[in-house]
Amino acid sequence: MKVTIDGFPIEVEAGTTILNAARLIGGDIVPPAMCYYSKLEGSGGKCRTCLVQVTKGSDKDPRPMPKLIASCRTTVMDGMEVKNITSPEVIEARKGVVEMLLINHPLDCPVCDQAGECHLQDLGYEHGAAKTRYEFDRRTFERIDIGDKIQLHMTRCILCYRCVFVADQITDHRIHGILNRGDHSEISTYIQKAVDNDFSGNVIDVCPVGALTDRTFRFKNRVWFTKPVEAHRECENPKCCGKVTLWYKGEDVIRVTARKDEYGEAEEFICNTCRFDKKKTSDWVIEGPRKVSHKSVISSNHYDTLKPLPVVKQNLVLQEANKEQFERETRL
Amino acid sequence: MGRKLLLEHINVPGINTFDVYRSKGGYAAVEKALKTLTPDEVVEEVKKSGLRGRGGAGFPTGMKWSFLAKPEGVERYLVCNADESEPGTFKDRYLMTHIPHLLIEGMIVASFALGAKTSYIYVRGEMMPQIRILERAIAEAKAKGFLGKNILGTDYSLELYVQPGGGAYICGEETALLESLEGKRGNPRIKPPFPAIAGLYGCPTVVNNVESIAAVVPIINDGGDEYAKLGIGRSTGTKLISAGGNLKNPGVYEIDLGLPVEEFLYSDEYCGGIANGKRLKAVVAGGSSVPILPANLFLKTINGEGRLMSYESLSDGGFVSGTMMGSGGFIAYDEDQCIVRNTWNFARFYHHESCGQCSPCREGTGWMEKVLHRLEYGHGKMSDMDLLVDVSKKIEGNTICPLGDAAAWPVASAIRHFRDEFEWHVTDSASATTRNYGIAHYADPLPKVEAAV
Repeated sequence: MKVTIDGFPIEVEAGTTILNAARLIGGDIVPPAMCYYSKLEGSGGKCRTCLVQVTKGSDKDPRPMPKLIASCRTTVMDGMEVKNITSPEVIEARKGVVEMLLINHPLDCPVCDQAGECHLQDLGYEHGAAKTRYEFDRRTFERIDIGDKIQLHMTRCILCYRCVFVADQITDHRIHGILNRGDHSEISTYIQKAVDNDFSGNVIDVCPVGALTDRTFRFKNRVWFTKPVEAHRECENPKCCGKVTLWYKGEDVIRVTARKDEYGEAEEFICNTCRFDKKKTSDWVIEGPRKVSHKSVISSNHYDTLKPLPVVKQNLVLQEANKEQFERETRL
Repeated sequence: MGRKLLLEHINVPGINTFDVYRSKGGYAAVEKALKTLTPDEVVEEVKKSGLRGRGGAGFPTGMKWSFLAKPEGVERYLVCNADESEPGTFKDRYLMTHIPHLLIEGMIVASFALGAKTSYIYVRGEMMPQIRILERAIAEAKAKGFLGKNILGTDYSLELYVQPGGGAYICGEETALLESLEGKRGNPRIKPPFPAIAGLYGCPTVVNNVESIAAVVPIINDGGDEYAKLGIGRSTGTKLISAGGNLKNPGVYEIDLGLPVEEFLYSDEYCGGIANGKRLKAVVAGGSSVPILPANLFLKTINGEGRLMSYESLSDGGFVSGTMMGSGGFIAYDEDQCIVRNTWNFARFYHHESCGQCSPCREGTGWMEKVLHRLEYGHGKMSDMDLLVDVSKKIEGNTICPLGDAAAWPVASAIRHFRDEFEWHVTDSASATTRNYGIAHYADPLPKVEAAV
C-alpha cells in the first residue's frame, strides 16, 4: 500500500498504522507519541499528541477525513495522503494537547529523575508555550512505593496507560488499572502490594514521564552526567533477553535499563534481576558505548562528542569547567 | 394535535402490564414481522420510514442496521442504549416507566431484523425502578411466548436481558457502553473498528436508543411509508421531547417533527408558555450538550424564518446561530436565570463525567469548570472568555468520543451568544454575586440580515 506523509511517499504492508509508516520514513515528520508503544497491544489513541490530518482517504474514496485522527491507531489505506507538520491545524491541535498535558503536571523537572530522557519534556520543548495559562492548583498525590525498587509518583502521571498494558501483557494476569474518572484518575488499587513480578521493573522503562522511577537510581545522578554502555549477560530467566544499557558514573554502574530505540521504546523487556541486582561491571559483557542522538541532552557528556558544544564556546565558566576535556581533544 | 404513535395509550390504566398492552393492539408488530416479513424486509421498512436515531446524533437507523456485518457463524447483538443521563433529557425513563412493553416489542422486532439471538437493554444504574419494571415486563412477555425459544411458533428465538449500568454518563457512548456491558471499565473504544464490525465481545453489534427501538413498532404496524408521511423533510415521524426548566407545563411530549417552535413553547397543548408570567431568555433545545441559544435566535433563524422542531431547522445556522435536535432534552430559561451559572453547572457535569482516557477532555473539562467557577463567583478576568473559547476549541474534535465535543459546545455557544453577560460578571462582579443580569436584549427581535456579511 502506498501512503504519502507530508509529501514523502512510502510502500507499507496493509494493516500498518500511519504512525508506523511515518517511522519508516523517519525524520521530523514522525508524529510524537506519548501513549502508543509498539510492543504493547492495545496501547495508543489516548494522549492525542499524534493527531494528523488525512487530506485524502484513499484512492478508492479520496474524501478527506473530517476530523484530525490519532495516527497511532489508524491504519493506512492505499493512496492515503497524510499531513503532519505541514498542516497548521495539526500543529495547533498538538500545541493544545501539550498544554493540556502540562496543566496538571508538576513541572518539577529540576528534581525529577526522568529529566533529560522525558518525552513530555521534549514535547513541551518543541510545542509548549513558555508560560502556562492555567492559574489553578494542580492535582497532587502521595508517592507510593511499589516494593523497594519502584516508586510511583502519580502527580507526574499523564495517564498514558502504558504501565497498565505492561502489567497486563508481560505478566500472565491483570495487575492494576485506573481508578476514578476524569482528572481524578489514578493508577491504582493496592499497587504497592499488587505489582510483584519478575518483569515489573519494565513499568519504569515504558513510563514516558517520571511517574514511575527506579528507586535504586532515585536522586543518584542526572542522566546526562552518566555514560550509557551497551552490555549483555546470560540471564537465568528464560524469558529475559539479557540485553541492556548500563549507565555508568565513573566506575560504577548506577542504573540498568532495557535498550531503547530512537522513539524511546524498549527493544526487548528485561527481568528485575538484570535491572536491579546486577550492578557490577563483572556481571556483564560490555559491547561498547551506546549511540545517543545528538539532539538528546545525554549526548552532551557522551564519548562520541569530542568537540565542545556551541553553548560551551560562548560561556567562559563552562569553558573553565571543561578545560580538561578540551585539552584531551587537542591531544587526540 | 399531532398524531401520537408512541404515547397513544400512555394514559390507559394498567398499560404497563402485558394483558392491557396486548388488548390495545400491542405485540401486533411482532406477529406481523415474524410471520409475514423477512428480516431484510423489516430493515427495508425502517429504511423507508426515514427514522433517525433518537439518542442525539440523528443517524438514520435503517442505514445503521444495513451496515451491520453479517459473517457466517458469528453471533450478532442488538443493544438498547437506555443509559439516559444527559442533563435535561428524561424521555426514555418516562417511556420505560409507563409503557415498557413498547420497548420490548421494539426489541423483538429489531432483533429479528438484525438476526440477533441475544439482546441487551443497558439501563443506567440510577434507574432501578425502571430496571425492575423492564424485568417484570420481560418475564410477562416470555410467559406468553413472545420471548425465548421459537417465538409464536416460528423458528426465531430471542433472549432479552436487562443490564444495569453503574450510572456513568460516559457509558451512554456506544463503545463505552459495550465495554461496560462486557464487565470492563466504561472507557470509549478507539474507532475504527465500529461496533457494526466489532462490537460486543468482538461481534457485530447495533446500539440503538430506547426511543429509536420503540419507534420501530409503529413503523412495522403502519408501514415505513406511512411513518415517513409524518414530519417534515428528512425529519420523519414523531419525537419525544422532554421539556423542562421554567415552563408552565414541563413534561414529556410526543410531537410531529416540524412543529413550529413557538407553538411547542406557548400552546397550552404542550409547554403552555413560561411559568409565572415571565419572559423567555434562552433555550437549550436538545439536552445539555447542544449549543444554547438566546430567545430571539431560538424562535427565529438568523434569516428571520420561524424555527421548527426538526433536525434541520434547529441546526439552521450551524454553530454560529443554530443548535441541534440532540436527544430532545428541551430546557427553557426565564429572565431570572443566570447563563454563566448554568454554563458553569454544565461544565461541572462534564468535568465530573469525563472518563479521563484522552488528555484534551480529561484536562480541558476541569480547566473550563474552574474558569467558569471563577467567573460565576466574581473573580473572573476579561481574558477568561477568550481563554474559554480557545480551550473549548482545543478539546472539540480532538477527543476519542463525542463527550469532548459535548463539553465544548455549551461553553463556546454560551460565550458566543451571551458574551455581555459574562463580561458583566467581570466588570460588575459585586452585583453578579447578588443579582442576575436579567433578560437584557436576548429576546429583542433580530436585526435585519444584511446581504453581504
